[in-house]
Amino acid sequence: MFVLVVGGGKVGYYLTKELIASGHEVALMEKDRRRADQIKEEIGSVVIAQDGCEGKYLHEAGANRADIVAAVTGDDEDNLVICQMAKHHFAVPRTIARVNNPKNERLFRHLGVDEIISPTRMILGSIEQDIPVHELLHLAALGVGELEIIEAHLQAGSPAIGKIALDIPVPAGCSVFGVIRNGQPTPLKGDTVLQEGDKVIAIGRPDCEEELRGQLIGEHVEA
Amino acid sequence: MKAVIVGCGRVGAGLAHELDRAGWQVLILDTAAAAFDRLPSTFGGTAIRGDGTDEDTLRREGAEGADLFLALTEGDNRNVMAAQLGIEALGARQCVAKINDPVRAEAYAHLGITTLCRTNLMATAVLGFLGQAIPDHPGIYSPEVPHTHVDGQPHAAVAPGDVSQTTREA
Repeated sequence: MFVLVVGGGKVGYYLTKELIASGHEVALMEKDRRRADQIKEEIGSVVIAQDGCEGKYLHEAGANRADIVAAVTGDDEDNLVICQMAKHHFAVPRTIARVNNPKNERLFRHLGVDEIISPTRMILGSIEQDIPVHELLHLAALGVGELEIIEAHLQAGSPAIGKIALDIPVPAGCSVFGVIRNGQPTPLKGDTVLQEGDKVIAIGRPDCEEELRGQLIGEHVEA
Repeated sequence: MKAVIVGCGRVGAGLAHELDRAGWQVLILDTAAAAFDRLPSTFGGTAIRGDGTDEDTLRREGAEGADLFLALTEGDNRNVMAAQLGIEALGARQCVAKINDPVRAEAYAHLGITTLCRTNLMATAVLGFLGQAIPDHPGIYSPEVPHTHVDGQPHAAVAPGDVSQTTREA
């Protein structure tokens, strides 16, 4: 497997080292010559001190035979151009982009980047899971973002507490399918009554969210 | 006619002024407020300090449905991204990106964006001045196809053609 990594910051550097360690063929492009020289001393000749946004240098780096191009610079627009050039100019089968502004994920996907990694969204997701907020948590997006798996943490004041889970009038296009109680996944049965502290897992379209929030979280704001 | 211009450098500011004078509704964005000093005091359009590659910012400032969307910052890749946002997300009818790298300028024309390459424009001008033969691509690359993404679906919003023509029609 030949992987072409573009961007020699921390992410590109460690990524390249890991890939080499697991026996892959790797080339790393870094346009800043000083940074390139610095990492070259450690990981050797796989480092190319050129701009991976330029078609000419991508070609020299072997983009036309790369199995994967991973664009991991700190600039979203550069990562987009790298992936598009790889895809359209060099027919690279798989392109991966790092995206800093989570809002760009949709555009990148739409423009054909195969895989999009957003550290910002990952950290955000992790923070949301740790602090008690009266919001629905987005656990995962399915398909092309048309369905989401959502978690609602039931706290005192939730209108759903004491009700039979399957009787909650969830909006159309939405389905409640599980409860996590005391850290244990619990399948929903006909007589499962929701309790304070339950985490209710639902799947639904993003436009059902408001109504679902009303049913499971309630109107209150303060913890 | 509505024009959105991303980047208030010399070219962006100059075009904003000209289009404004010709009666266009002009919205110009730049990340540095000082850039707007390049606009004449008579400029009647809207100048917004903001990131023209940020979809939310563009929407908030009413950049949707422009007749003309010009991406003229000093970064080739920023222009590529802004132009594709203009076409794909904001439904611009005609979109032009300044891309100074000739390879990228040509590559993105193949993807359906009109691109201006200052490098080749200058070279062409100098060759013309010297009475030499002018290359096939004088620096303006018109898309041969509508803007496409990987699934091969063309986007309806782009009309292939050269921008000078569009401006003259106004």
